[in-house]
Amino acid sequence: MSGFAKPLKIALGLAVIAALIIVPMNFNRYGLFILSQWAVMSIAAMGLNLTLGYAGQVSLAQGAFVGIGAYAAAIMTTHGWPLPAAILVAIVLSFAIGWVLGYPALRVQHHYLAFVTLAFSTLAFLLFRNESWLTGGIYGISNIPRPHIFGIATNKPLPFYYVCLGSLAIVSLAVWWLIRSPWGRAFMALRENPLRAQSLGIDTRRYTLMAFAIGSALGGVAGALYAPLTQYIDPVPFNLSLSLDLLLMVIVGGAGFYFGPFLGAMIAVLLPEWLRFAEGYYLMLYAVAVMLLLIWSPTGILGILDRYLAERRTKAASALRAVAKSRLETVQ
Amino acid sequence: MSNLFDLLVAGLATGAIYALVAVGFTLLWQTSQTINFAQGEFVMLPAFLMLAAMQVGAPFWLAIILGILLSMILLGLAFKLLLVDPMMRHGVLPLAIATMALAIGIKEAVKQFFSAEASPFPSIVPTGEVAILGHAVSLQSIGVLVVAILAVLGLTTLLNRTSLGHQMQAAAQNPTVARIIGVPVERMILLTFLINAFLVALASLLITPIYLAKFSSGEVLGQAAFIAAIVGGFNQVRGAIAGGLLIGVLDNLAAAYVSTQYRAAVPMMFLIAVILFRPQGLLGRAEERTV
Repeated sequence: MSGFAKPLKIALGLAVIAALIIVPMNFNRYGLFILSQWAVMSIAAMGLNLTLGYAGQVSLAQGAFVGIGAYAAAIMTTHGWPLPAAILVAIVLSFAIGWVLGYPALRVQHHYLAFVTLAFSTLAFLLFRNESWLTGGIYGISNIPRPHIFGIATNKPLPFYYVCLGSLAIVSLAVWWLIRSPWGRAFMALRENPLRAQSLGIDTRRYTLMAFAIGSALGGVAGALYAPLTQYIDPVPFNLSLSLDLLLMVIVGGAGFYFGPFLGAMIAVLLPEWLRFAEGYYLMLYAVAVMLLLIWSPTGILGILDRYLAERRTKAASALRAVAKSRLETVQ
Repeated sequence: MSNLFDLLVAGLATGAIYALVAVGFTLLWQTSQTINFAQGEFVMLPAFLMLAAMQVGAPFWLAIILGILLSMILLGLAFKLLLVDPMMRHGVLPLAIATMALAIGIKEAVKQFFSAEASPFPSIVPTGEVAILGHAVSLQSIGVLVVAILAVLGLTTLLNRTSLGHQMQAAAQNPTVARIIGVPVERMILLTFLINAFLVALASLLITPIYLAKFSSGEVLGQAAFIAAIVGGFNQVRGAIAGGLLIGVLDNLAAAYVSTQYRAAVPMMFLIAVILFRPQGLLGRAEERTV
């Protein structure tokens, strides 16, 4: 969004952050829950945006990693471990499994890759459901405790919302740094032209695996926050439709745009709630809204903005050219 | 052994239905690079259209015709014109996401306007059993197999033996050259969408008596059809047929011999193995890379 002046951008960012901190203070329980869910899903979608939007590797398994993170956190915290340790384990576990899942991406691309990862998320779901000695099976795991952060209990909805928001902030900064680092540039090179990237000396093998691993690790973080948020998990939320939902968030928000996942998660988590007035029809309206949006702008919400800014820049440039031309003519 | 025989017959019958759905799926992919995530819902919907026609008072045969026609209009024509056409130029992924949203929309619409409960659906084949090689085989399985085989034979004849079919293949394989030699590519693409709508309506008619009409029944079916299409070869009609039959049989055998808990895992593992070791599918041709 280079079209805006920098101070304006910073002011806008600060205003949004301030609003996210202050406005929810008098929200009810349910509103805070939905907003916390938005923060958690934004983290997972950001991970997928790294894999898909920046590195160009299609994955339909992000929901499974949210599940892995959630189960890791649920099992550990109910056995008395602190949440930060559980988050760390979730990161390491998802990173390792994501790395392994990246191997098929070295062989196959696009829709084939999508289906390998789809198969993986179905297998993960079956494991969650059937290995009841570990996961509680269909009965799930209940009474997941919420953490104490700096000695403050976060059992109430508002403090835990701040935990989610804080985690989102940390992850956002880390991703911001990552995509500006040489790694981020390597990811984009991988997306734009893998052959060229390779001939420029980028180890495409390693970066493909890395894109999967880091994206998956963020899915794990989201899961590790999701478990204490709902305080009860069973396999159902982590089936294939979560992976599809996360993919929807990334595409609808704008794949490959830094702010895409935030907006996409807003559409996928908050829009259905705003449409509740339509009662039984709300999901139908939601589906229609998503389709219309994609028909209007297949590159997502930020694609619209991007197009508008590009148009404005060309207009400004051609206006400048016209001025220069007329000056040239008067000189002659 | 009688158990194995029964499982094979039942597997072939469901597999034949998967094959119909998978063939339509590959047709859309070939002609317009559409990965239709709503394909399962496309199978679920026609049964409800037929039920609705019967509720209004139409006899079963008329309801079938109306259902097939309506699904060709809605799932063929309208789907192509309203959703696929505006998005086709923008790559595979946005369109795939749009079909996911469409799947949600269809599911919710059926739940809201018809019922959230499963409804029984009349069978076109009379119930009963006949003895084949000393085994009792249900007429329903035989009927399903016969109708599915006829449909597939009809389709392959259309594609391979008629000028229309050759034009469709040309439009799918190389639209630019096809256009130059005078093939009406746009019309051919529309035709594949109509054929797909017909096939899913037929599959709906065959499978709904077995599994009941329910708004959520498309999820499992759609996945089975995806897997069948990929296992057989994404770019081949006969591959999709083989894949469908294979997955149907595999699924049934897995339920009996592996465990009911992990039956869904068997086709998935098979899928992963096929993609990794033979990505073009068992019967498919390798797609040439452009770079």
